Amino acid sequence: MSAGGIRPARTFQKAAKVTLANAQMRRNLRHATTTIREKRLRAVAELPDWEALRGEGADLKDFAMANLGDLLLDLEAAVTSRGGQVHWARDAEEAREIVARIATSHGAREVIKVKSISTDEIELNAALERHGVHAVETDLAELIVQLAEDRPSHILVPAIHRNRAEIRDLFRRRLGAELLTDDPKALAEAARVYLRGKFLTTKVAVSGANFAVAESGTVCVVESEGNGRMCVTMPDVLVTVMGIEKVLPTWQDVAVFLRLLPRSSTAERMNPYTSFWSGVREGDGPREFHLVLLDGGRTEVLADEVGRQTLRCIRCSACLNVCPVYERAGGHAYGSVYPGPIGAILTPQLLHLEDANANTLPWASSLCGACYDACPVRIDIPEVLLYLRGRINEEKPLNAEAVAFRSAAWVMSEPHRFEGAIKLARTGQGPLVRDGAIHALPGLLGGWTDSRDLPAFPRQSFREWWRTRPAPTERPDDGNAGLGEGELLAPEREDTR
Amino acid sequence: MRIDLFITCLNDALFPRTGEATARLLERLGHEVTFDENQTCCGQMHVNSGYRREALPLVRRFVDTFRDADVVVAPSGSCVGMVRDLYPRVAEWEGDHALLEDVRAVLPKVFELSEFLVRHLGVEDVGAYYPHRVTYHQTCHAMRVLRVGDAPLRLLSNVRGLNLVELPAVDQCCGFGGTFSVKNADTSTAMLADKVASVMSTGAEACTAGDNSCLMHIGGGLSRLRSGTRVVHLAEILASTEHEVYA
Repeated sequence: MSAGGIRPARTFQKAAKVTLANAQMRRNLRHATTTIREKRLRAVAELPDWEALRGEGADLKDFAMANLGDLLLDLEAAVTSRGGQVHWARDAEEAREIVARIATSHGAREVIKVKSISTDEIELNAALERHGVHAVETDLAELIVQLAEDRPSHILVPAIHRNRAEIRDLFRRRLGAELLTDDPKALAEAARVYLRGKFLTTKVAVSGANFAVAESGTVCVVESEGNGRMCVTMPDVLVTVMGIEKVLPTWQDVAVFLRLLPRSSTAERMNPYTSFWSGVREGDGPREFHLVLLDGGRTEVLADEVGRQTLRCIRCSACLNVCPVYERAGGHAYGSVYPGPIGAILTPQLLHLEDANANTLPWASSLCGACYDACPVRIDIPEVLLYLRGRINEEKPLNAEAVAFRSAAWVMSEPHRFEGAIKLARTGQGPLVRDGAIHALPGLLGGWTDSRDLPAFPRQSFREWWRTRPAPTERPDDGNAGLGEGELLAPEREDTR
Repeated sequence: MRIDLFITCLNDALFPRTGEATARLLERLGHEVTFDENQTCCGQMHVNSGYRREALPLVRRFVDTFRDADVVVAPSGSCVGMVRDLYPRVAEWEGDHALLEDVRAVLPKVFELSEFLVRHLGVEDVGAYYPHRVTYHQTCHAMRVLRVGDAPLRLLSNVRGLNLVELPAVDQCCGFGGTFSVKNADTSTAMLADKVASVMSTGAEACTAGDNSCLMHIGGGLSRLRSGTRVVHLAEILASTEHEVYA
């Protein structure tokens, strides 16, 4: 199975049908997401200025996006002046080749990796493998996914769909670990023994980046385990693959995001390891540093006035954890390294709205809005979902669904047509109605009646009733008229908004 | 006060009793209620399904129908959410500036029933009587788009005879989502299964909410399972008295 990528192999509907039936995954996910959900609410409630902070995060990202070209050039200049090298990659292909060239030029047969979604996005591991270079994931969850030849199913917790018993079996099989229990400490120790050997012997490391500071050329990685810190300090050569939207103007800006990110992602006040590096330094850390700036469709997203807010994303995964669709369908249903609500808007946009499978993702939402409330940079995901649905529909050739919606709009645009349609439905439903409800419908509407009944159209519509009802004054008074009248507030509507 | 009802197309066609209850309730509180027959549908189904251009005539119709209204009240969180939250964006995205201006003029007059009663009229006790065990589902659009908060609960807690039981995981979507329920029927059903289980765990006779679209979904699941638990719109509970039973 592929290690990542953003091109779904099938539609969300088809993929979800499979994942929904995975009882183990459903249970693991429900447990994990409900736990982190409650923890996040508590962590966020500790900060009285959380809403202001969210606004600041959104504004800073918008500013960075509006000045992206200049900031990236500043970043390049700062990194270069500190002894680093900057590479520009238009797409995944270019980024992969750059990293592979650097690795092979050092004769590396193996590289160690910091947890990074950007390298999963460009399917770096498979590309390196083709060049005879094996990439070793050092993040515990990424390692689990890699050893299981699985795909990540969560931005922050790539192995969220697996439980401890499964991991124990995996480590016994793939690492030769003599694990008798599935105690988390024992599992972590088995991984530690394996990874320490890699840290001490591998010469080239690859990372992603959470932030980069344009004014100083500083790159930042935020993590929990310390394995990332090992990767960015011990090898001789460090290559960082970073989406161009990660750049921030100044050091102060990073502070805002270091308050927003940990509370939103792991529900911690501060994450355990935050590594910063600026170019290279004699006698300290890697002797060679390469920064690969990846576009990969981002410039096009930036050009879209509604869609561009997607690029504010700091990959915290709060939207996944609160999403009722993600909780049930799981990350794999999205077919991309970016799952959940953010994936449903990011994946199709990165693919220029040209990938038919990815274009089903904006419909993978009931529009409940929980993602928007949780987003630390206020990406209005429901808005972007609706907007993308519209854009995708516009590009489709005329189809039965579009005809149905156009007809419905035509019917609804005149009251007499609407009333006629109700009467027609009332007559036509006859054979379908049993005990006042409809239990089976043909075609697409069968998707409803497969699991739910539908009420039958009643004998009278509201407007029919309204016409025949006695005028209010002619009706018997029930003694309650006017109740609460004394409590009426002045009807000044302006004040209520 | 003269109140224009926006009854919504779903209530008009499938749930007229909710409309009757809304009219009766507002009249009982001493208001003059009118229903303009020019109204049809807010266009939510079209916009949510990605057919916003097709929705434009419906937005236009809504704005024209209620242009001269003092106050418009609808027994539906999602339809009012559509008007308040999405009308301006649809007009903007489609570049219809005249429509945008008209939308902005009518918006401040449009209210969801529970927010209108509690926030606008300041009424929490509407004199209702409903002697049943009831649980309340907080619909997503009422909660996250309109931010009605505890307005429905305040109203329910003042209904005489009513035994209000808390719904577990009340903030979780029921999985309806308009066409989501048929386009992604499997995922939607998985969400519905949990909602139905929550409702049934309360031992309530009825599940109520301020939106018949969500209730149609939850009720469709409860009915399919022959659970014996029914759904009833908030307006029908609030309209019910010792003399008149609406649900």
